[in-house]
Order: sequence, then C-alpha cells, then structure tokens
Amino acid sequence: MIGDIMTSLWAILPVIVLALWACVLLLVDLWLPKDQQGSQQGESNSPITPLLAALGMLTSAAIVIARIGQPTMGFGGMMMADGFSHFICLLLLASGLVTIGLSHDYMKRLGIARGEYYVLLMFSLSGMMLMSMSADLIMVFLSLELLSIPLYVMAGIATPRPSSEEAALKYFLLGAFASGFLVYGIGLVFGATGSTSLQQIVAVVQSGNYNLALILGGAALIITGLGFKVAIVPFHMWTPDAYQGAPSAVTAFMSVGAKTAGFAALLRVFVLAFPAFSADITPVLWGLAALTMVLGNFAAIAQRNIKRLLAYSSIAHAGYIMMALVPYGQDGLSADSVASALFYLVAYAFTNFAAWAVVIALEQAGEKGLELQDYAGLGRKHPALAAVMAVAMLSFTGVPPTLGFVGKFYLFRTVLEGGHVGLALIGVLTSLVSAFYYLRVIVVMYMQEGEPEARREPWLQAMAYGSAIGVVALSIFSAPLLFLASQAVLKLF
Amino acid sequence: MIPLSFYLIFAAGLFSVGLFGVLARKNAIAILMGIELMLNAVNVNLVAFWRYRMPEMISGQVFAVIVFAVAAAEVAVGLALFISIYRRRGTIAADQIDLMKW
Repeated sequence: MIGDIMTSLWAILPVIVLALWACVLLLVDLWLPKDQQGSQQGESNSPITPLLAALGMLTSAAIVIARIGQPTMGFGGMMMADGFSHFICLLLLASGLVTIGLSHDYMKRLGIARGEYYVLLMFSLSGMMLMSMSADLIMVFLSLELLSIPLYVMAGIATPRPSSEEAALKYFLLGAFASGFLVYGIGLVFGATGSTSLQQIVAVVQSGNYNLALILGGAALIITGLGFKVAIVPFHMWTPDAYQGAPSAVTAFMSVGAKTAGFAALLRVFVLAFPAFSADITPVLWGLAALTMVLGNFAAIAQRNIKRLLAYSSIAHAGYIMMALVPYGQDGLSADSVASALFYLVAYAFTNFAAWAVVIALEQAGEKGLELQDYAGLGRKHPALAAVMAVAMLSFTGVPPTLGFVGKFYLFRTVLEGGHVGLALIGVLTSLVSAFYYLRVIVVMYMQEGEPEARREPWLQAMAYGSAIGVVALSIFSAPLLFLASQAVLKLF
Repeated sequence: MIPLSFYLIFAAGLFSVGLFGVLARKNAIAILMGIELMLNAVNVNLVAFWRYRMPEMISGQVFAVIVFAVAAAEVAVGLALFISIYRRRGTIAADQIDLMKW
C-alpha cells in the first residue's frame, strides 16, 4: 500500500515539485521588499521572484531528465510518466523558462510586474504537465482546468488596461463553455464503456461490450472541448481577441503551452483509447484540419495588427498539427503520427517564441508599436531583431533551412503515408497562401522606410536570438530531435 | 424503475438549455449561469450512468464531485473578473465589451 503511494507520487514528482515550489513562492514573494516609489499597488520589481520561479522549473526539468527511459505508472493507471510525457514536459518547461525571460523586463516596462504572475505561470505549467501524463479522462478534465484557470488570470493581469480585461473575459467565457463540452463528452464515454481509464476503455472496446453511439458522441464532444483549447476552426473565435488583448508575454506562453498540452491530450486519448473507431473519427479530423488551415491562413491575410496576425497564424498551425492526427488509427502509422506531431510542436514553439520576442521588443506602452507599419525600417535600424523576425517568418512559412520546413516535411509525409493526398495538397496550397502574409512582414521590415523603436533588454534579446538560432540549428541537426520524438511513442503499459 | 434513457434525455435537455443560454444571453453572468447548467447536465449524466451501469464502482460519484469543485473554482475566477470589468465600464454585457474586432 505504502509502496503503491510512493510509486504514484514518484510518477508525478516533477509536477509535485513545481506546484509546491509555486505555493512557497507565493509566500516568499510577500516578504520581498517592494519598490514603493511611483509603482502601482502590489507591483514588485525584484528579480528574485522570477529567478526562483526559473529555479523551480529547472529542478522539475532535472527530475524529468533523470527519469528518461524509466516509464512509471501511478494512481492505478491514472498517470503515466512515459517517454511521451517526458518529451512534452521538457518542451513545456523550456517554454516556461523562455516565458520568464520574455516577461521580466516587459512586465516592469508596462508597470504590471507582479509576483503572482510567476506563480500563476508555474501552476498553469503543472496543469499542462499533468495533462501530458494523464491516462484517465477525469485527469484530462482536471488538468485542463488547472491549466486554464491560471491562464484566464494571466490574460487579464494587465488590468486596468481594458483590452487585457476583455481578453480575459472572452478567454474565460469560451474556455468554460468548452470545458462543458469536454466533460459532457467524457461523461458519455464513461456511460458507454463504464470506465474513464484509457486502459479499461481499450479493454471494454476489445470485448465489444459498449454503446457505439454514446462513444462516438463522446469522442466528438471531446474533440470540441480540446479543439477550443488548441484553437481549431470552428472553435477558434476567442483566439484573435484573447491573443491581441493579453500581454504579449502571456500570449506567447498561451499559444505554445496550451497548444502543446491540448495536442498531448488529444494524441494520448485518441491514439490509445479510440483507434478502433478511426473509420468514423478520421473524416471528422480530416475536415477540421482542412478547415483550420484554410480559414486560419486566409483570415491572417487581412490582418494589420501583428498580434492578430500571429493569432491567426497560430490557428493555421493548429490545423497543420491536426493533420498529423488524421491517420492516427492506421496500422503502423500511429507512431509516425505522434512523432511528427511532437516534432512540429517543437518547431512551432521555437518559431513562435522567436516571433513573439521581437513583438515584445517593439511593443511600446499603451499598446503602441503593434501595427505592421511600425515594423517599417527595422531591417536598417535593428538588423539583428529584423533577422530574428525574418527567420521566424520563414520558418512559419516552411522555407528551408528552418525547423518549420523540416516539421512540415514530416507532417506531410505522415499524411501521405496515410493516403490522404487531398489533405496534404490543401496543406501545401495553404502554406503558399501563408507565404503572402509572412513575407509581407519581411518586405515591410527591409523595404520600407521607418524609425521603429526597439528595447534592448538583455534577457529578451537572449531569448530572441536563442530561439532564432535554435530554429536554424535544429533544422540542420533535425535527425536527433526526430529520433527523440519517435522514441516518445504512445503505448499502454 | 425509471429507465436510464429518461435521465439521459433530461440531461441532454438541460445541456441544451444551458447551451442556448450561453449563445443567446448578453449578460456575462447569464452566460456563466448557462455554463453552470451545462455542467449540471453532465453531473446528472454521470450519476445516472453510475447508478445504472456500475453501482459497485464509486468513480461516477467521485467524478460528479470533481466537476462541482472545478465549476466552483472557475466561477470564483470568473466573478472576480466580472467585478473588475464592471467597476471600470459599468456594464458586463458581452456585446458591449468589443474593443477588439475581427
């Protein structure tokens, strides 16, 4: 009994460390000296809180790294700390660290530096990590909420700025709405199979003792609920507003973290529990992926605000990652499907952070400096930042030698192996469409005259250059990364 | 005994009422109430499934309790957000909170 509990706790140790660290940090932050002069209520300019938060994430990451290759299962099969979750957890913790780097000076500059911000970030991260481990539908729901609720607050952390509050409101209302769908779907699957554990669902499905209509309805509602989180058309309405209104550093975290965790849950639930129903589910995923790529890319063309443009681009990229899921149920393809989705998530994370770092560097107080025209002349005045942005845009488009190209290559290969030529074609054509608005950013930066102002904050610049170098360097040495992703296959114990 | 399907139809109806509330109402608090109705429909479903399909296992009941708890946590954050917006703008009508447009 005690042994069971110890194994269970051992399985989720990185999350426990992170969550406890966050609780302690919340108290520590209260005792730190506050800068009284000219600062708003509750504002803290001390670099200690972000440093401690980063230390907590590093500790958690060290535990994950130390356990690579030792899959453990805990809580009667509810949690699985396997290769898949290790891969996702490391990606998430790295995103958290980058977010701290992007946030510190930015929050101070906007006058919204609060210690709770880092605590919320850590809570949200622990929800995301739990999500990648959960092998039980109850845990999927619970970790989704643990992920979302701190994110709602983070989106509104720039209060009293009206747009930030509005972003939080829209994100909250649609997020809560979506979790209603998710949990209704989970309830139906529970009714159809008599269990919420993925292992037992598989066993029941094999024995044939289940209700097909309920399980398909449940699967559809689960796609809806998680689709809201990862911003798939037609569940994307909140994305542009929430991304535009939230502070840019939060948006960067939201777009990478929530997407990664949402796709982790989608992959685990569908690849493990529902492969038997792929004949019915694959056409739905096909349609959603196609719709997302088309609508995301075409809507992005009309955008003049860089944050909205990146929001629609993130919708479009959710469509590309969704493509990997389409052939999830075919024999021998589920491993490819998971590996290419994981690889693309890494590519997306690096590219996205590079782009958002530049956006943060150019943003001025009062939400100025966010229009496309504000980027005119960046190539002459700040060549390094312009280069980072150019690399990010090329990677989003999928031009070699960038990580985005390699990621798209593996995605399209998986889709073609699954025999979905039409979907791959839509993917390639929408990538061409996306080149129009991504390259327009580059044209504005290098060909037009202007006097943009950019911040030179050391951590921000380090994150920008680091992500951009990662995008290029990892694309040249992409084989080890793909090997790691392909080691992270999903299987039942 | 009342058949299981009655409960399921009732829950589906309740879910639809909640859905309608979310889509049709303008006031953010009314939208939140719609969401709560949707979650309550889930609880009816869970408890009915538990009672009729596997009364020997406790998981259905526990799941319903978890849904309560999570819904309460969500409402706490949501209402705080509504108050903060109401103080600033004097309204929480969702169609008047529209600084950002497509």
